[in-house]
Order: sequence, then structure tokens, then C-alpha cells
Amino acid sequence: MVNYAHLIPIFPFLAFTVNILFGRKLKKLSALISILASACAFLFSLLTLLGYLNGRGSYTFLNWFQWKGFSLDFGVLIDPLSCTMLLVVTFVGTLIQIYSIGYMHDDPRFSRFFAYISLFTASMLGLVLADNLLLLFIFWEGVGVCSYLLISFWFERESAANAGMKAFITTRIGDIGLLIGILILFSATHTFNFSALQGASGNYTLFTIAAFLIFSGAVGKSAQFPLHVWLPDAMEGPTPVSALIHAATMVAAGVYLVGRTFWLFSSHPLALNWVAYIGAITALFAASIATVNNDIKRILAYSTISQLGFMMMGLGMGGYSAGIFHLVTHAFFKALLFLCAGSVIHAVHTQDIQKMGGLFSKLKVTGATFIIASLAIAGIPPFAGFWSKDEILSEALRAGHPVLFSIGIVTSLLTAFYMFRLIFLVLLGKARSKLSAHESPRVMTIPLSILALCAITIGLIGSPFMHYAFQNFIHPEVESLKPDYLVMLVSTLVALLGIGIAYSFYILNNKILPVALRAKFAPFYRVVYNKYYVDEIYDAVFIKPCIALAKLSSKFDSGIIDGAVNGTARVTVLVSRVKSWFDLRIIDGVVNLTAKIVNVFSRSLRLAQTGRVQSYLLVGFLGLVIIILIKFMGGI
Amino acid sequence: MNFPILTYIIASTVLGALVVLCIPKKNVFLIKTVATISTGIVLLLSIFLVAKFNLANTDMQFQEKIIWIPQINIWYHLGLDGISIGLIFLTSLLGFLACIASYRINTREKEYFFFYLLLNTGMLGTFMALDLFLFYIFWEIVLVPMYFLIAIWGGPRKEYAAIKFFLYTLAGSVFMLLGIIALYFTSNPHTFNMLELAKPTQALALGLQIVIFIAFFLGFAVKVPLFPFHTWLPDAHVEAPTPISVLLAGVLLKMGGYGFFRISFPILKEAAHYFALPLAILAVINIIYAAFVAMAQRDFKKMVAYSSVSHMGFVILGLASMTITGFNGALLEMFNHGIITGAMFLLVGVLYERTHTRELDAFGGLGAKMPVYAGFLTIFTLASLGLPGLSGFVSEFLSLLGAYPVFKLITIISVLGMVITAGYFLYMLQRVLLGKLNEKWVNIIDMNKVELLTLLPLTLIVIAVGVYPLVVLKYQSSSISLLVGKLGGFLF
Repeated sequence: MVNYAHLIPIFPFLAFTVNILFGRKLKKLSALISILASACAFLFSLLTLLGYLNGRGSYTFLNWFQWKGFSLDFGVLIDPLSCTMLLVVTFVGTLIQIYSIGYMHDDPRFSRFFAYISLFTASMLGLVLADNLLLLFIFWEGVGVCSYLLISFWFERESAANAGMKAFITTRIGDIGLLIGILILFSATHTFNFSALQGASGNYTLFTIAAFLIFSGAVGKSAQFPLHVWLPDAMEGPTPVSALIHAATMVAAGVYLVGRTFWLFSSHPLALNWVAYIGAITALFAASIATVNNDIKRILAYSTISQLGFMMMGLGMGGYSAGIFHLVTHAFFKALLFLCAGSVIHAVHTQDIQKMGGLFSKLKVTGATFIIASLAIAGIPPFAGFWSKDEILSEALRAGHPVLFSIGIVTSLLTAFYMFRLIFLVLLGKARSKLSAHESPRVMTIPLSILALCAITIGLIGSPFMHYAFQNFIHPEVESLKPDYLVMLVSTLVALLGIGIAYSFYILNNKILPVALRAKFAPFYRVVYNKYYVDEIYDAVFIKPCIALAKLSSKFDSGIIDGAVNGTARVTVLVSRVKSWFDLRIIDGVVNLTAKIVNVFSRSLRLAQTGRVQSYLLVGFLGLVIIILIKFMGGI
Repeated sequence: MNFPILTYIIASTVLGALVVLCIPKKNVFLIKTVATISTGIVLLLSIFLVAKFNLANTDMQFQEKIIWIPQINIWYHLGLDGISIGLIFLTSLLGFLACIASYRINTREKEYFFFYLLLNTGMLGTFMALDLFLFYIFWEIVLVPMYFLIAIWGGPRKEYAAIKFFLYTLAGSVFMLLGIIALYFTSNPHTFNMLELAKPTQALALGLQIVIFIAFFLGFAVKVPLFPFHTWLPDAHVEAPTPISVLLAGVLLKMGGYGFFRISFPILKEAAHYFALPLAILAVINIIYAAFVAMAQRDFKKMVAYSSVSHMGFVILGLASMTITGFNGALLEMFNHGIITGAMFLLVGVLYERTHTRELDAFGGLGAKMPVYAGFLTIFTLASLGLPGLSGFVSEFLSLLGAYPVFKLITIISVLGMVITAGYFLYMLQRVLLGKLNEKWVNIIDMNKVELLTLLPLTLIVIAVGVYPLVVLKYQSSSISLLVGKLGGFLF
């Protein structure tokens, strides 16, 4: 039996290596290499799924650390969740890459783009397959850095460079939580391995804290409130990157992480509730911003945040299969939405929906697929989003969360509204400015069509028509699901209502009503339009103080610490000067004084040393005279 | 052992230095060739050491022991184990690469390469000496050439930096000398042998251990450097020529950490336990404080210098934990930091060579003009900020993993430092590579073959260790398990 699952991330990784090293020579061929690698990964993912269904499971393949009493093996974890994710990532990823050939075709860094995309895919696949927390964390950060590279891909633009940095640092704040959570779990259980952890138990409070911390990692990656700020800015990257980030990789990782460590949450209700409420708040919060934004990509970005909130809410209510199911359906229709948006931008070279309008007649394929995707996200049956959203809403009622249910309903309403606001403003109505639009090439529209087909049909795998096949696969021991027709009816009606409101606002009363409303709700509107000022608050509360602290530390370092060093040196110099003065004046002074005294004496004595014999004779004579005189005087 | 390979390694640099002295100073080519051959031989021999190293053996290997001054029991005693082999390899590798990077030196080449080789002698000897007296000699040998290398071939404030470096480290090592003498006189029979001193029979009273520990600490803390003894480092780094900065950050700082591993901890076990918490506190100050200071720097080199201070905090944190995991992390962090920061200084040098400035704000948008350079700088920046898959992460993670059960709060604060680190490194990348191209540098050229050659081996190591850390860990883990076992630390 040959194990091949660990090869899945290796294909795209090889593509990355080849493209980054030889990209300049390969030119357009690099796209082919990346796509081929991705397709191979898809093929192997299918094989892995088949293998799993035939009873082949996880295995380890690499010993990473080893010393006395401690050994860490890396391996792949194969279960329904990882198989599902593998298929979604490779399938959607491949389509996005095919689309990118058209979108990026005259970019000077074409091959670099495909290199990064391959690395991104590889990291995400590694993350999905990781059988332990540490390996997951390694790829988790890998995904983060790829998003950094891709968001700031057009780095000549200051805004793109900033957005990449913001994405990396914001998600890293969450990652720090994740890392501490991993440390806590490891020190309590002495293992990183998911299957070993599953059975582990320990201090209840400590594990609850660990669950909160692990969730904070997911909050960062899945752009949940309050770490959602990076995702809208990430729109600075090329549109296929946005599609990849929002659909198959990156943001899905957070939801996946919660799914992967679901045992921890479900056995610690406080953490589980936290997940549900953060998800719900995020869902509503982001949806409200999406209703007033005018940038086609940013609207979609906020819609992603909102939908991810939905998934978190589903998971947090204990609806494991519901949350993951929404992740899967969302991957298809959100990828489609972004690629459609990319196609529109490709056609009209602007992102401002107020400048578009009436594009449907010019962009037939893009327009049709765009509408399909919007119906899917709005939750109109039988499109994909309907089934998964319905599952989450039913779960809310089943688990007894009326508040969350109402939030879900309101969010659904807003979702339908902002999506069709987008559709009406972009595709229908009259053109609001002169834009020469043309349909994108086949290489872009074919992936759109395939994804559209998925957006229509993929939800069926989790619908009552197929007896909840997906849910039973992903979570076999789940309580038997029954269709809740009331919820289905309500959610459909709410979605239709949202579309209806959008229709009345933007098609019937194209100008009057929104302006009137704006006047009435002006202050509230302004707050929402400015994204609740979260960025500004963060800037004032975190970034500015951080920079100030950095400057202060630097001043302290060069002023006080180094000042002390230099001060010591100066004092030493001063002391040595004093000593030197003392030495020179006092000690040496005494020495010199002695010398001087001697000198004075000798100088005066020297006067006698004339060298003239006559003088000596004279002195001798005088001496004799004196002696005689003394003798005589003494004698008397 | 009839082939004294360690002596050959040291002799190769000494002989090289002497040969350089005999070459007329106009024959620059020959001087460079001799220096390259000399450091090349060292590199080859140390590769040979690595190949011949017995992983299972926890004793000192390749020992050489000759009586030197019998009257006071001083021996010429060399040897290595899992703790030193990584550092010896690091030293010889960086010594060779920095020698190639030194070709750019174009004033007083003869003296430069003489001092350069002498510096290598001191560094290599420090990691091999098993006799405290010999250790001290090698330790001090490092100072003198380093002083001249900074003071003659340095930047605008070279005299200030050189004197500061010299006096600061000398002041530290004087205390160390006191410690050495104290150890000698308290041992029975009097000995300078590190292995003898570490034996349980030589254990000293706690009070005495504490005093001696402090004496050694002052010597090592200056070298590491630990807060608040770190301010010589930014000045020395900024003023030193590129290859010397590489060795300064790559090797010299490791001498301090190595001192803890080889002398303070094994010989003064109880004192090490006694000072574990203060060390951990200093470590976290290093990590957080230096990261903040680095964030505020405008000079590229100074920023990297402060990042070194920050990273060395992880070494001390791992040490203070007294766990096998922490020790492995600390030792590996020394190796990794040597490689990463060595490469960082080479990269700063590449840019300085072309632009004659290190002001971060003076660059901008270079990614468009220098794609190869951008690739290397990105890799090493990511390695510095602890990106998994590259080497820095492994060692920092192990330090944290080892420290967490012992110092929970301190470890958590240290983890927070990783955000700040990511912040200032990415901010640096942004200022250098991203954004609009600064008009001044439209004609800037990408890296040349020699620069590529010096960086390629370091890149490969960073990736190899990051992906499969056992390549380095397997050399050190059994020696560390033994050491932690003797220390009575935590065995996991």
C-alpha cells in the first residue's frame, strides 16, 4: 500500500519552486505548470477520498523532533473534513488559476504571480492535511505570508503594500493567541496530535482559555470581528487572489480550525457560545457595512466576512455539519462572485459601482453567472447557499438560540439586499458613465460557467433530496436531520424581501428613496459608511501608541541606557582628569618641588663652581682668614 | 586521536595570519588568496568534524590535552561536544563567507586580513577550549583584532564605536577573569579544567556559587548582550564594515550564550537555578524592549542590530527554563540567529555598497529593480520574524515551548513580542522594497555573482533547518539531555 496523500501539497509546492527559480525563462508556461500541479493535486485528492472510503486513513511520514523523552512525528490526517477541504481547495483553486491566465495576461510579473498562487495553494493543502497542531500552525503562517505576498503583489502602489502588511500583522495578532493556546494544550497533554488531543482532558478552566485562544487565531484568519479589518483592504491584490483568499484558502482556514478542534469547543460550552456570538455579531456587522459601500470588491469582501460569521455562528451553536456545509457552498459561490467582479473590472477598469450600470447587455456570460452567484448567496432555493444557510438557521432553532436565529434572519435580509443592490447597480438600469465594456476571453468565462454550475447544484448534496448525504458523511454520528419547512419558507421569503427592497430602491426609485432615507438616518448612515470607524479607533488606540512607545523606547535607550554608559565613560574621564591634575600638580608637584629646592640649592652652589683656580685660591685664602679670625676671637 | 584536527583548525588561521604578514602589502591578490585558503581549510576541516562527529557519544570528542604551564596546572585542552559543534561550524562557515565578502575592502588590505584571521583564531578557540585559562585567552584574543577592524575600516564614528566595544567587553571580561580565578582557588585540587569543575565533587556552597555566577554573568551578559548591557552593540554594528558586522552578530554574540552553556550552568548548577527567574525576566525585556527600539530605528543596520538583541532574548529564555526543550531551542536559536543575521548584514551591505546610505527612508520600490535581492531580503526577513518553514521559527518555538511550563506569564509576554517583530520587519521591507521607486536609484543593479554565492549557502541552511530541524538538532540533543539531566532540570 502506497501512501500518497502527503504528495498533494507537494505538487503545487514544486510548481512554486520551478516558477520562482525559472519564471523569467518560462514566461507564460509558468501558468501551465501551476495549473497542472493544481490539477494533479485535485486528482490525488479524489484518490485520497476514494482511499478513505475504502478504509485507508491517516499516517505519519516524518520525524521532526526527537530527543530524550520527546518525539514529534508529522503526518497527514485523513477524515471526512480534510477530504472535503482538499477537494474544495484544489477544485476551486484550479479554476481560479485558469481564470488568472486571462486576468493577468499582460502583467510583467506573470510567472511570479503563479508561483505565489501555487505556494498559497500548497500551504492551504498542508494546513488541511496536518495531523497535529504544530504542523497546522506552520502551514497556517505559510498561508498568512502568501496572502501578504499576493495582496501586496502590485507593490508599487502604496495602498497595496500597506494592505499586505495590515493583513499579515492583523492575522498575526490572532496567531499569537493560537500559539499560546497550543502551548497551553501541549503543556497540559504533552502532545500536538489531533487524535491524541481528542481524548485528552485536563483543567476545565485552562482548556476553556485554550479554546478561546485557539479561536482568536480563527478570528484573525477568518476576519471575524474585531480582527476583520484586514480583509476589505486585501482587495488591493489582483482579483483572482481575492477569489482564492475568500473562497478556498486563507479565510476558510479559520473555520476549518474551529472544525478541526471542535471537540475542544463542544466540551467547553462557554467557548462554544463565544464562537456563536462572535460569528453572529460579525455576520450582522459586516452585512450592514456591505449595504452602503460603493466598491464592488469591498462589498464582496464584507459579504465574505458576514458569511464567515454565519459559519462561525453555525459551528458555535453546535452545528458542526451546518457550519462546514456552508463553508463548502460558500467557497463555490464566493469564488464565482469574485471572478465575476474581476471580469467586470477587467471590462470597465473601475471598481466604483456608482459609475457602472446596464452592463448586462455587454457582459452576457459574466452577468448571468453573477446573477446565479447572487441568488446563491442570497439564499434562494434551489441554489447552493439556500441549503446551507437553511441548515444554520434550523440549527439555531433546534439548539434553542432565538436571538441568534433573529440575527441570522436579519443578516439574510441584508445579504439579499446588498447583493441585489450590487446586481441592479452594475448590471441593470442605465449606464451612469461612459464605459467601453467588452466580454472577457473564454479562458475567463469558462471557469465562471463551471463555478456557476456548482453554485446551482452543490447545495443539493446536503439537501433533503439527497438525504443530507454531505452531513452524514462529514459528521456521521449527528442527530438525524429533518427538513424544517417553516425555516425554509421564512428564509426564502426574507431573501425575496431583500431583493424586493433593493429592486424598489435601485430600479424603481433609483434616486429618491435612498436619498430621503439617507437624510433621515444620516448620522447612522455615516457611521456605517465609515465602517463604524473601526480602523480609526485601532489607529488611535493601538497603532499610534505602539509607534509612540517605540520612539520612547528608542529615546530611552539612547538617552538613559546609553547615556548611562557614556555618562560612566565621561565620569571616568573626569575622574581621571582630576587625578591627572592631582598627579600633575600635587604628587608630581611635591616631586618637582623637591627637585626645585635641590635645583635652587645646586644652582646657587654652582655659582661657586667657576673653574677658575684664582677664585678657588681666593676662597681658600678667605676661609683660612676666617678660621684664623675665629681662632683668635675664640681664644679671647 | 592521533590527528589533532582542532589544533589544525586553529593553526590554519594563525599560520594564515603570519603568512599574510610576510606578503608585501602591494600584492593584494595574494593576501586575499591566502586568507581565503586559510578560512577555506577551516571550513573544510569543520565539515570533516561534523561528518566524523559521533552522535551517540555525549563525552567530549576530538579532545587534545597537553600540559602547558604545569606549575599552576594549566593545560592546552581542546575538545567539542554537541553544544559546541554547531557553533564551530557556524563560525567557520561565516568566517569563510565573510572573508569572501571582505574582497571589497580596499584600504590597508594586509592589516585587514591579518586582523581578520586573528579574529577567527580567537572565535574558534573560544568554542573549543576546555581549560578556563585557555578559554580566557581566546576570549580576549577576539577583542584586539575586533577593535582595530572597527576602528580602522569602520564608518564615520568608528573610533567611538571601537573604543566603546573594547572597553565595554573588557570591563565584562575582567569580572569573568575574577570568576575564573575564584573557581581555580576554590577547586580541590586547583584546576582550570571545565570538565573537572563541573563534576559534582567540586560543588561549591550556594553563596560562593552566586558570587562567581554574577562575575561570569557580567562577562557573558555584555557579549550576549543582555539588557541593560547592550548599547555597545548598535554602535559597533553600525560602524563596523559589513563582513565584520556579520561576524559580530553571527559569532561574537554567541560567545556569551555559549559561556552560559559551557561554564555558568554546568559548573554553578545551584546558582543557575537561583538565577533562572531573573534571567527569564531579562530575557523578556530583551525580546520586547529591543523590538520596540528596533521599530523606531531609521538606520537599516541599527534596526538589524536591535533585532539581534531581541532575538538573543529567546536564547536566554530557553536557557532560563532549564528544560531539555528550552535548552535545545536556545542553542538552536544561537545557530539560526548566526545564519539569519549574518545574512541580513550581508544584505544591508549589498545595498550600502550601491547607495552609500543606510537610511531606510532613502530607499523605496527597489523590489522592481532588484528582484533577486528582493527575494533574498524577503526570505531572511521572514526567517527573522519567525515564519514557520524557515529556521528562526523552530528555535524560537522550542524556547517558548520549553519555557512555558516554567514561566507562564513571561512566555506569554515573549510571544506577544512576535507581533512587534513582524511589525518592524515588514515595515522595513515596505520601506526598502515596496512602494514607488525612488528616482535616485533607477540605475541600481541587482546582486552580482559573488554576493549571490555568499548568500546561497545561508539560504539553503535557513530552509533546511526550517523544514527539517533534526539536521541540526540531532547533533546537539544528546549533549543537552545530559546537561539538563545533570542540572536537575525538567526532562521534556
